Amino acid sequence: MISSIRPAIVLLVLFTVLTGAAYPLLVTGVSQVIFPHQANGSLIREGDRVRGSALIGQPFGEPGRFWSRPSATGPHGYNAGASSGSNAGPTNPAFLQAVKDRVAALHDAEKAAGVKNDAPVPVDLVTASGSGLDPHISPAAAEYQIARVAAVSGVPERDVRELVAKYTYGRFVGLLGEPAVNVLELNLALEKLKPAP
Amino acid sequence: MTWQSYVQLALYLGVLIGLSFPLGKFMAHVFEGKVRWFAPLERAFYWLAGTREDRDMNWKQYAWAAMMFNLLGLLAVFVLQMFQQQLPVNTENLPPPSWHLALNTAISFATNTNWQAYGGETTLSYLVQMLGLTVQNFVSAATGIAVVIALIRGFSRRESAGIGNFWVDLTRGTLYVLLPLSFVLALALVSQGVVQTMSPYQKAEFIEAQTIETPVKNDSGEPVLDADGKPVTEKTIVKEQTIAVGPAASQVAIKQLGTNGGGFFNVNSAHPLENATPLSNFMQVLAILIISGGLCIAFGELVKDRRQGIAMLAAMTIVLVALLIPCVAAEQSGNPAFAGVDQVASANQSGGNMEGKETRFGIANSALWATATTAASNGSVNSMHDSYTPLGGMVPMWLMQLGEIIFGGVGSGLYGMLVFALVAVFIAGLMVGRTPEYLGKKIQAHEMKMASLAILIPAGAVLVGTALACVSDWGLAGRANPGAHGFSEILYAYSSAGNNNGSAFAGLTVNTLGYDLSLGAAMLLGRFGPMLAVLAIAGSLAAKKTVTPGPGTLPTHTPLFVGLLIGTVLLVGALTFVPALALGPIVEHLLMVKP
Repeated sequence: MISSIRPAIVLLVLFTVLTGAAYPLLVTGVSQVIFPHQANGSLIREGDRVRGSALIGQPFGEPGRFWSRPSATGPHGYNAGASSGSNAGPTNPAFLQAVKDRVAALHDAEKAAGVKNDAPVPVDLVTASGSGLDPHISPAAAEYQIARVAAVSGVPERDVRELVAKYTYGRFVGLLGEPAVNVLELNLALEKLKPAP
Repeated sequence: MTWQSYVQLALYLGVLIGLSFPLGKFMAHVFEGKVRWFAPLERAFYWLAGTREDRDMNWKQYAWAAMMFNLLGLLAVFVLQMFQQQLPVNTENLPPPSWHLALNTAISFATNTNWQAYGGETTLSYLVQMLGLTVQNFVSAATGIAVVIALIRGFSRRESAGIGNFWVDLTRGTLYVLLPLSFVLALALVSQGVVQTMSPYQKAEFIEAQTIETPVKNDSGEPVLDADGKPVTEKTIVKEQTIAVGPAASQVAIKQLGTNGGGFFNVNSAHPLENATPLSNFMQVLAILIISGGLCIAFGELVKDRRQGIAMLAAMTIVLVALLIPCVAAEQSGNPAFAGVDQVASANQSGGNMEGKETRFGIANSALWATATTAASNGSVNSMHDSYTPLGGMVPMWLMQLGEIIFGGVGSGLYGMLVFALVAVFIAGLMVGRTPEYLGKKIQAHEMKMASLAILIPAGAVLVGTALACVSDWGLAGRANPGAHGFSEILYAYSSAGNNNGSAFAGLTVNTLGYDLSLGAAMLLGRFGPMLAVLAIAGSLAAKKTVTPGPGTLPTHTPLFVGLLIGTVLLVGALTFVPALALGPIVEHLLMVKP
């Protein structure tokens, strides 16, 4: 038992140096050289301004833009300093009410924009993501919003549809994952097409 | 489900099984001492530690070494956290957590559980994540591998007192298996967008500024009330988005390979900077099971009968697939309480129950991950299990309760499954009236007592812990959801801790004294109880003669035995946990479909 003390201490120190310092620092060094954009958060820059990260969503609720998925982070949605899901159970009454309210909010925005949309709302648009930072909505959720966004933003529907197609990312090699539309990239591109006020 | 979903699941299983064989053969070579890439480094380690690679330990010495090393690691993680503000590389100037949270986290990482009562980016400095958590990710995984290698030596050695040298097994597992694989995986993950930087958190402009209302507090910290008795709030405009970054990829790689599962960020691998793309997701979910799958093959190689290893892998794979299918189906069926919402899968959306799931992963990849991470004692998540449908969430819960032996933790999964194999041959022996044998060793009263302990200790920790929390104020106060789901949250927490998984129905608030300590105790019991029992079995088997198989010996590589083994696992799992499951997910399901 006593004889275990020396090897335990020595090996803990050696492995701390090897796996706790050398390994992460080596990975950091190599990554910063060969994948600097990804390693630093895939930031979208315009000149000196950081507009966001291509991998992190932002909250959008104005009718002239595509809405993101609801986010459960606090104190405001899409807080990328404190990721969180809602952890609401499927039978939780407060959760079911929240989904109902989100469906109603979409219909209200459509009514205000003078758009008639009888299609059921794609599920991802009214449910919070696991991270609270989901940068994507499904192509169905983008399609659902095209008419409203076009009507309010003044960008022709055909151009909006083209932008959606441009920022839709397919499955990896046609197989892995799900097709998804990057909302931040889409809205940034939409901004540039908007007629001057 | 779309056809792509089926193909993805099949592809996953194909690649997993395919890679298990070469990796298993390689690991067998490593632990036979035939891989010597870093021989000078290895020798330096042994010399400094005062040991030699040919110095054998008996089972008690081996157990002492493993315990001592893990407890020392536990202490180191605890101290690092308590002093994180005095230590360097604390870019966000994070204060130390409460002592019980720090203790819980230290236990959780030293026991390979990696239960997250802490929220990565809001609690721990980069230094603690690296020197504390990443180190334990490696060495707790290497400890599990070392113990199963010792058990395998118990089968393969004859009339021997020794079962190997813990320090040598620990070093070889880390140097030749975990480190090289982690390095390659970490870089592959960075290529997909997983962050790896020592810079502080980034700031970005919000396109739409956010208004938040915070309660006004007076000087003594009490909320200020207006004339109607309602709290007064003030509006704050938030124009910037804080984006937490850090050295994540290096930790994520080992968290998956070592079946640790503790995330760099609070939401673990649901976070886009921890798991950026479908490809990074595929690599990570593969890494969760690959070493445990490979160890089955290594087992066959080391006992000089490959069929024995294949039988283990077959039994694990069959149970995995059998539970994967209902989990995917339950999640794809969606939430029947939604009205005016389209939950049907199509080319344009995955549909189904998307609460707590990421768009890029959809239903198939989320349910696959939930199944794999709880089959293994990994516990990382790419979706929030708390928001699963009742039956979809029951699958991960029951997989943990089976004892983390369907692939299981690295090392601990296979030694747990071998314990069940002993129980299976024992039951078969009782049926035909012969002394049971496994791999030429007679299985007698001592082995069966130890095997029973290895199975009963985690099960006891789960059920007693759950019961305790359900009758305590601190236990009930933690629930985030009302009704049966709240009970499921508590049951899930103790199932996770008692079996060293680490995933959670994360709505449960566990960062309290009662939960931190009781879950910590469950983690210690669930890790070291079975580990000591297994090492005792290893010692007693190694001392025995090997008997030549006769006509009455039950062959343990046949489909018949695989069936018997699965039957034993499911029977024990069902008898122990179905009553508890009936009170949680099963009741909730019945309420959901017939409100």
